[in-house]
Amino acid sequence: MAANIISARNLVKAFGSGDFAVRALDTVSIDIRPGEFFTLLGPSGCGKTTLLRLFAGFEMPSAGTILLDGEDVTVLPPNRRPINTVFQSYALFPHLSVAENVGFALKMQGKPRAEIAETVGRMLALVRLEAMAGRKITQLSGGQQQRVALARALAPHPKVLLLDEPLSALDLKLRKEMQIELKRLQHETGITFIFVTHDQEEALTMSDRIAVMSAGKVQQVGTPKEIYTHPVNRFVAAFIGETNFLDAVGEAGGARLTTGDLIAVEGVLHGPVTVAIRPEQLRLVAPETAGALAATVRDLVYFGTDTHCHMALSDGTALTARLQSPASGDIGLSVGDRVGVLPMPGAAQMLRT
Amino acid sequence: MAEPKPFHVADLPGVGPTALLVFAGLYAPILTLVVYSFNASPSVATWDGFTFDWYLKAWGNAAVMNAAANSLIVATLAAVLSTALATLAALGTTRRPAFFGITAVYAAINQPLMVPEIVTAVALLIVVAAIKAATGYAGLGYLVVAHTAFCIPFAYLPIRARLEGMDLTLETAAADLYASPWQSFRFVTLPQLAPGILAGGMLAFVTSLDDVVITEFIKSPGQDTLPTYMLGQLRRAMTPDINALSAALLGLTLVLLSGFFLLSRRKS
Repeated sequence: MAANIISARNLVKAFGSGDFAVRALDTVSIDIRPGEFFTLLGPSGCGKTTLLRLFAGFEMPSAGTILLDGEDVTVLPPNRRPINTVFQSYALFPHLSVAENVGFALKMQGKPRAEIAETVGRMLALVRLEAMAGRKITQLSGGQQQRVALARALAPHPKVLLLDEPLSALDLKLRKEMQIELKRLQHETGITFIFVTHDQEEALTMSDRIAVMSAGKVQQVGTPKEIYTHPVNRFVAAFIGETNFLDAVGEAGGARLTTGDLIAVEGVLHGPVTVAIRPEQLRLVAPETAGALAATVRDLVYFGTDTHCHMALSDGTALTARLQSPASGDIGLSVGDRVGVLPMPGAAQMLRT
Repeated sequence: MAEPKPFHVADLPGVGPTALLVFAGLYAPILTLVVYSFNASPSVATWDGFTFDWYLKAWGNAAVMNAAANSLIVATLAAVLSTALATLAALGTTRRPAFFGITAVYAAINQPLMVPEIVTAVALLIVVAAIKAATGYAGLGYLVVAHTAFCIPFAYLPIRARLEGMDLTLETAAADLYASPWQSFRFVTLPQLAPGILAGGMLAFVTSLDDVVITEFIKSPGQDTLPTYMLGQLRRAMTPDINALSAALLGLTLVLLSGFFLLSRRKS
């Protein structure tokens, strides 16, 4: 087995032609390891679904290659790739029963009847739908249809399972259940999952690794922790979680903010930079504390577990801190209070503007 | 203050009576025909009691049976052939990106709906006469070919409507699940399309069964379908067995059109 189950090499996908061509994917290279839960994360139109469709073979790239388990599959039609897809709309066959849907791929492959029946039984057990085998698709709820779509795509035991925003049609509670279910299925089958989503929380909680995409390019690939704690650019920092962005000038010893304060920052860049600090990485201290930034409280928003404290620095720059709410619910601040703001050690990141 | 009532065409004075009048105009003659097909008197002027005699008389008439057999053979073959061709045409015009001149192709496929039937009939008469003279063949083949041609749009329209309403993702999913293009058509597209194909076939069958003009022009001497036979009988004297035949044709058409309606309504 190759070190990477699937590799994209300089993939380009352009729609239209000439001056009107739009690059949905712009020179994308990605390596996905066997058995990984890999997520393509980005806003709509970032190219994540296009990349998935190229992997599946529904579309051909304008340039570049796709290697599946070391073999070039770039121009192979979808029916000859051992890759299956869970579609956003599920795309279940309405004229077939649940069992016939799940057994469809095996029937197309010409597997013997007994083997198909055995695999279908095993797959339905895997997604806990044994009792529904004879049902029509239209008799199932949305969550059950989702499970059938999963069972159908897993039945031929593909090398890679592609999931195109499969949870977006479910309500919040069911969504949480299916997130756990997906992780369990991936663990039990050992199949590589490539998951597409625009939901950063979903990506953080489910993935082994994430590729953050924007404007047809891969911005950053890393574990959820790497992506959250060390975003490589402003886009990634803004897309994953909430972040304060402060204009600054990088110099020896830290970053000089527009307020004139010098704060300690990870990384050394010189010239105009952006300093990114997560709101939960800010502590409020008494005003005039050494090393703290002077700020005035502008607004307090109570979120239950925590309270968002919106402040203005001395030159008016906006800054938000997320403070854990105490048992009483009252953090003891009011609008207009003067406070000192202290970033926790290592919390401030310097990014190229 | 009362809510202003939204305008509705049914509130206009006289809409109800007008509607009744229109329906009466449409159905009163047909009802009269059906009623008189059971009249024991051979004259429409008097009602002599209820009878099935005219149906039995038509049933026992060799010429009627021969015409009915011709009608069924031509309509069945024309329906099957035109539906097969219409299915191919519908796949060809919907399962590919729109191309330059596609509107012209639609117009060409639907030509029989637009060109006056009498023009087609005269044109066919000339061509068929030439072929008859050259080959000596005078069988039902001419009628089958002509009926197939003018039935195509009737079969094409419901099939195309069904294809356009189909979710293309299903075919993508089939390909994803290792179905070859042929398997994808056979196991996913065709089963979804079946109601459209059946509906198209029924419309084509009824259209062929009812045709008079083109049939009258190109049929060989002595050859008759039910409509042309009935037309021929009318030239002499109106007999009640024609009423019975008309009522029977009406019954068959009603059964098929109800089938068409039920099938086209069952769109998952």
